[in-house]
Amino acid sequence: MNETMEKQQKANVAIESKGKENRENKTNGAAEGNHVFEVEDLNLWYGSDQALYEINMQVPERQVTAIIGPSGCGKSTFLKTLNRMVEMVPIVKTSGDIKYRGDHIFANNFKQEYLRAKVGMVFQKPNPFPKSVYDNVAYGPRVHGIKDKKTLDQIVEKSLKDAAIWDELKDRLNENAYGLSGGQQQRVCIARALAVEPDVILMDEPTSALDPISTAKVEELVQELKKKYSIIIVTHNMQQAARISDKTAFFLNGELIEFAETDNLFQNPQDKRTEDYITGRFG
Amino acid sequence: MLGQSEQGIIKRMNGRIRTNRILKGLFFLATTFALVFLVLLFYRVLTQGIGYLNWSYITSFPAPYPEEAGIWPGIVGSIYMMVIVAIVSVIIGVSTAIYLEEYASKNKFTDFIRVNIQNLAGVPSIVFGLLGLTFFVYMFNFGYTLIAGGLTMALLILPVIVVAAQEAIRSVPSEIKEASYGMGASKLQTIGRVILPASIPGILTGTIIALSRAIGETAPLIIVGAATAIYTLPDSVLAKYTVMPIQVYKWTSRPQEEWQFVAGAGIIVLLVVLLLMNSIAVLIRNKYQRRL
Repeated sequence: MNETMEKQQKANVAIESKGKENRENKTNGAAEGNHVFEVEDLNLWYGSDQALYEINMQVPERQVTAIIGPSGCGKSTFLKTLNRMVEMVPIVKTSGDIKYRGDHIFANNFKQEYLRAKVGMVFQKPNPFPKSVYDNVAYGPRVHGIKDKKTLDQIVEKSLKDAAIWDELKDRLNENAYGLSGGQQQRVCIARALAVEPDVILMDEPTSALDPISTAKVEELVQELKKKYSIIIVTHNMQQAARISDKTAFFLNGELIEFAETDNLFQNPQDKRTEDYITGRFG
Repeated sequence: MLGQSEQGIIKRMNGRIRTNRILKGLFFLATTFALVFLVLLFYRVLTQGIGYLNWSYITSFPAPYPEEAGIWPGIVGSIYMMVIVAIVSVIIGVSTAIYLEEYASKNKFTDFIRVNIQNLAGVPSIVFGLLGLTFFVYMFNFGYTLIAGGLTMALLILPVIVVAAQEAIRSVPSEIKEASYGMGASKLQTIGRVILPASIPGILTGTIIALSRAIGETAPLIIVGAATAIYTLPDSVLAKYTVMPIQVYKWTSRPQEEWQFVAGAGIIVLLVVLLLMNSIAVLIRNKYQRRL
């Protein structure tokens, strides 16, 4: 037991040390204990189309931050910029700065792999690998070099428990994840993201493909997860944002219109456009 | 309103249903047309060749008399050649496909390469024979050997394998690639652990089709100098060799009728080996698909 724990820690140290070299380009060493992301003057273009304009935003630690806005407002693009997944589209250009825990994520010597190990992602459509439940959850740890079977067993069990799906699946670990229901698949994907022990979890409309009962389960899970993780969730569902988030950001046409405590934003919006959107006048 | 035109609707609908029936019949005829000829071919080959097909035919070397002739060196040569072809073309073909789909940037130059690989798949096999003669036989000085023939055949089917592998790799959903990258996996890890396992059934199917083409090819091998009759089995990749279709071709070119039956027997053996190879490959493919 101790031995396996040690191994897991070693693997974590390996991930940490990868980050150390990244950390050297930290600006002023300020201990931004409360913010996981600091976004400064972020602009983003797809080719010649600008998708994000001068975004400034500080994402708090261990809270749920919701991003709302009409379709095409840039909320998913913004989310994918935070773990640099947006760069998988080759024509993307960015300007401005994003700091993750004080590290400049666009710096040349900052490794995408490190960022993505620390900033996990759950996608809009459940996207398990065509592998067994076990292999799905063990994928991340294996990619980061954990080979020991016992350690993997522990990680898989813990991750599935944290994703509140262990009891449903503990006897079906060797079944192909494609055979699960959509809601189960999405929670396996959350477990898969947790298995890498991330710091932040990005969720891109994680419940838009799920039925109301599965949605409720995922929402409940988000409440549980924010005790340990910082969560940023994009949703087109304003009720959902109001239910589960601590802070809410409202995006419109690539601009961050308003970012405030969720209660404040919904009850007392400062901007006319926010008010129009949340009262259903457009969008 | 509706009641008035009901007759018209029924009339027109009957017309549509009739057209549908006629076309269905025509499509069925088109299908049977090919099938009938296939069945006729099988029938002719079987009735003519079966008389000469026995154990000694399979295990004998060619001989000057039809009763003593056998196809053993052709079988062995074909199998050796398929091993060389499969190893060379799959390794190079899949690597090429991975590069084109996952690494190469999409620009005019890579588009040009992509299109031309597809064009290569349609180049007549005799052209590949000349290519093999120029490079492998003369320039690399392999002579008329098994390796020269194998490499020529590998070049011949390479485009087919590249195109099939490209399609298989492209059909891996981008969502699961994103999931892998999203966890901090590197490109190589994503290719090795997600993309290749998911595209193996497609790659295998392409390889089966390509190898089936290679095992029946005759023209390029005549050019790169497969022997028409040899009396020893190839003992290294630098030995002389022959393959089944070459032997069959040689027998059919003889004037006496008996040799046509010997050739028929050779075609039966060729078909059986082909079916055997295909079923093995299909088995492998199904196994992988179940695992997925």
